[in-house]
Amino acid sequence: MSWERDKGNGSWVVKVGLASCGIAAGGQRVYDALKAGIIARGLKDNVEVRRTGCMGMCYSEVLVEVFPPLGRRVFYRNVTPEQIQRIIEEHIIGGNPVTEWIIPADEIDNLLSKQRRIVLRNCGIIDPESIDDCLASDGYKALDKVLHSMSPQVVIDEVTRSGLRGRGGAGFPTGIKWGFARKSPGSQKYVICNADEGDPGAFMDRSVLESDPHTVIEGMLIAGYAIGASEGYIYVRAEYPLAIHRLEIALDQARERGLIGESILDCDFDFNISIRQGAGAFVCGEETALMASIEGKRGMPNFRPPFPAQSGLWGKPTNINNVETLANVSWIILNGANAYNALGTEKSKGTKVFALAGKIAHGGLIEVPMGISLKEIVFDIGGGTSEGLDFKAVQMGGPSGGVIPASMADTPVDYDSITKTGAIMGSGGLIVMDESACMVDVAKFFLNFTQDESCGKCTFCRIGTLRMREVLDRITKGEGKEEDIEHLEELAQGVKKASLCGLGQTAPNPVLTTLRYFRDEYEAHIQEKICPAKKCEALITYEIIPEKCPGCGLCAKYCPVEAISGEKKKPHLIDPDRCIRCGLCMSVCRLGAISVH
Amino acid sequence: MATKAKDREELSFTVIDAIAHKHNVQPGAVIPALQEIQDAYGYIPPAAIERIAENIGVPASEIYGIVTFYSQFRMEPAGENLIKVCHGTACHLNGAERIAQVIAQATGAEEGETSRDGKFTVERVACLGCCSLAPCTMINNEVHGRLTPESINKTVSQVQEVQELAPTK
Repeated sequence: MSWERDKGNGSWVVKVGLASCGIAAGGQRVYDALKAGIIARGLKDNVEVRRTGCMGMCYSEVLVEVFPPLGRRVFYRNVTPEQIQRIIEEHIIGGNPVTEWIIPADEIDNLLSKQRRIVLRNCGIIDPESIDDCLASDGYKALDKVLHSMSPQVVIDEVTRSGLRGRGGAGFPTGIKWGFARKSPGSQKYVICNADEGDPGAFMDRSVLESDPHTVIEGMLIAGYAIGASEGYIYVRAEYPLAIHRLEIALDQARERGLIGESILDCDFDFNISIRQGAGAFVCGEETALMASIEGKRGMPNFRPPFPAQSGLWGKPTNINNVETLANVSWIILNGANAYNALGTEKSKGTKVFALAGKIAHGGLIEVPMGISLKEIVFDIGGGTSEGLDFKAVQMGGPSGGVIPASMADTPVDYDSITKTGAIMGSGGLIVMDESACMVDVAKFFLNFTQDESCGKCTFCRIGTLRMREVLDRITKGEGKEEDIEHLEELAQGVKKASLCGLGQTAPNPVLTTLRYFRDEYEAHIQEKICPAKKCEALITYEIIPEKCPGCGLCAKYCPVEAISGEKKKPHLIDPDRCIRCGLCMSVCRLGAISVH
Repeated sequence: MATKAKDREELSFTVIDAIAHKHNVQPGAVIPALQEIQDAYGYIPPAAIERIAENIGVPASEIYGIVTFYSQFRMEPAGENLIKVCHGTACHLNGAERIAQVIAQATGAEEGETSRDGKFTVERVACLGCCSLAPCTMINNEVHGRLTPESINKTVSQVQEVQELAPTK
């Protein structure tokens, strides 16, 4: 594994994962404690403390990786500042790793053995705020190769031959897209990096930008050279402050080194990049809406054709690629199209990055070769479900995607196989669900989202999704009617057909796939007025099991409506008329004394 | 419209004009300019919409349309602390509704509201992108993950206490 490449020269190297996940788990405090501890013990010259990005094992954050000068590296998981002293004393000074805090080697093997890290090749390895670290890992070498030895057409041919397809979700062949933009007449052209990662449950682009921003910038430069553009925009969500911060640092560094600007690497190639912050509109992930937003308008989609390659930003030929797509480019240039298209399936080449989350034991950021089965991702890499309940389904593609049931876990992950299930590959959100997930509730959840985010331009998307949401709302409240399922299907077809952009065209997918695979759950809600997963508030009741309740009063303290009463040290009681079925009591009870029917 | 007139007087147009000029007073720079105004004031004051419109030479209604389209922009001042409750898919599956309930109890503000004492504004957000640490919330730009009803209750009261202890400005 390439991780071994940055062992220190005779000194210890200790790295802390400081992408958003690591920081949210307390990584900055761990990093500070580590630095202070090393200095306090006079080890500054023997131990190098480094910052790095996302190591991919988000379930174990805060992660600290320790490389001894000799011997094997180890990962410490769930590290707190209080643990640092012992790690320094026993491991770094004493030479004995604190074994009970280390991730076992077989767990790491399981995680990594089925992965193939191309996009993530530097993530969790280099310091994302250091261009020297990036240059030492072959950063900008592909740009150098392209500018000095490849014509734009040769670059496009190489990318086309690699089989790389758009990783934002649509899967359009990248090389062909570049070719269209190149052929379009015009002296001013643009490259846009779409980093408006809006799918709930997706954090691939954020992690890549926070962990290895230069690789994305290099991809943009190569795309710019290939299509003949001199200006680029990175459209990134304002909700990702750390990604923006690291991009700004990376852009400044690249400018200083002459990698962005005029006559790049002494060649006849000028390219500038600026950042635009998305202001919080999911629809701006759609390329025509995104361009409207950069132009300072409301982010509403436009009819295509003309495609952006003909008439895009400010009416000029424009090429838009997603973060992950661009992060593949330099690897392809350096290693050749053949090395890339040797990975994957016949029509889906290379690898795909997924954000693995939900009810999964080992959630995090993974990169797998196309063609791997969902089962391998969930069980071999992800370690199965997190709470011991049965695996029920995965959700792919966020609000535009769908649910794939456990019975179809052998489905290979490639564009065509996933599309056949009714879901979509999407940008890489992969949410694992266990038996506790109600599929009607999941459908309602996504429809709520798309309904909120509909820009309102197309009637079917604006009102059709609202009507669908009303039907789902009714069903989850136990007020569903016999004809509701048919009604939903009819509305879904209308919304799909009569919407201009991807948001509306795909909005019904979560409903359609749950109906296809979990129709019995809809029927149970409608006919029997029960929620089999015990999730829908109107169809469940909470009760205290007297034998298990010691009368600690914690549930009563948290109950927002004072529905729980009882004497101290005696079993409490829930008043069903007052109870709003929020389930807080069940969450806070440490003794499992609250049941739900 | 007395309040509006007052608003106009109180706002420092020099700040707004400086922001507009920094962006070359181009229509294409409206969104970054509005983002800077929100950074400066904590929200987009109505008078700022008119001033930006005058600067750029477009109707105020156009700017208003942009401000209301994007969820980032706020037209009312926020409380001292901003809590963003994540309702992403992973958070939803891991009990985000219960976290939201506790936050509402602890702050006295439902999602979309500011507490009466002005201490907290609570917002509902689609996804913070920290799905592996679900359920999570962002309090004043810091993400808190792996929440339980008890831990978020504690965190919110800590924020309250720290500020009560701190000397008033």
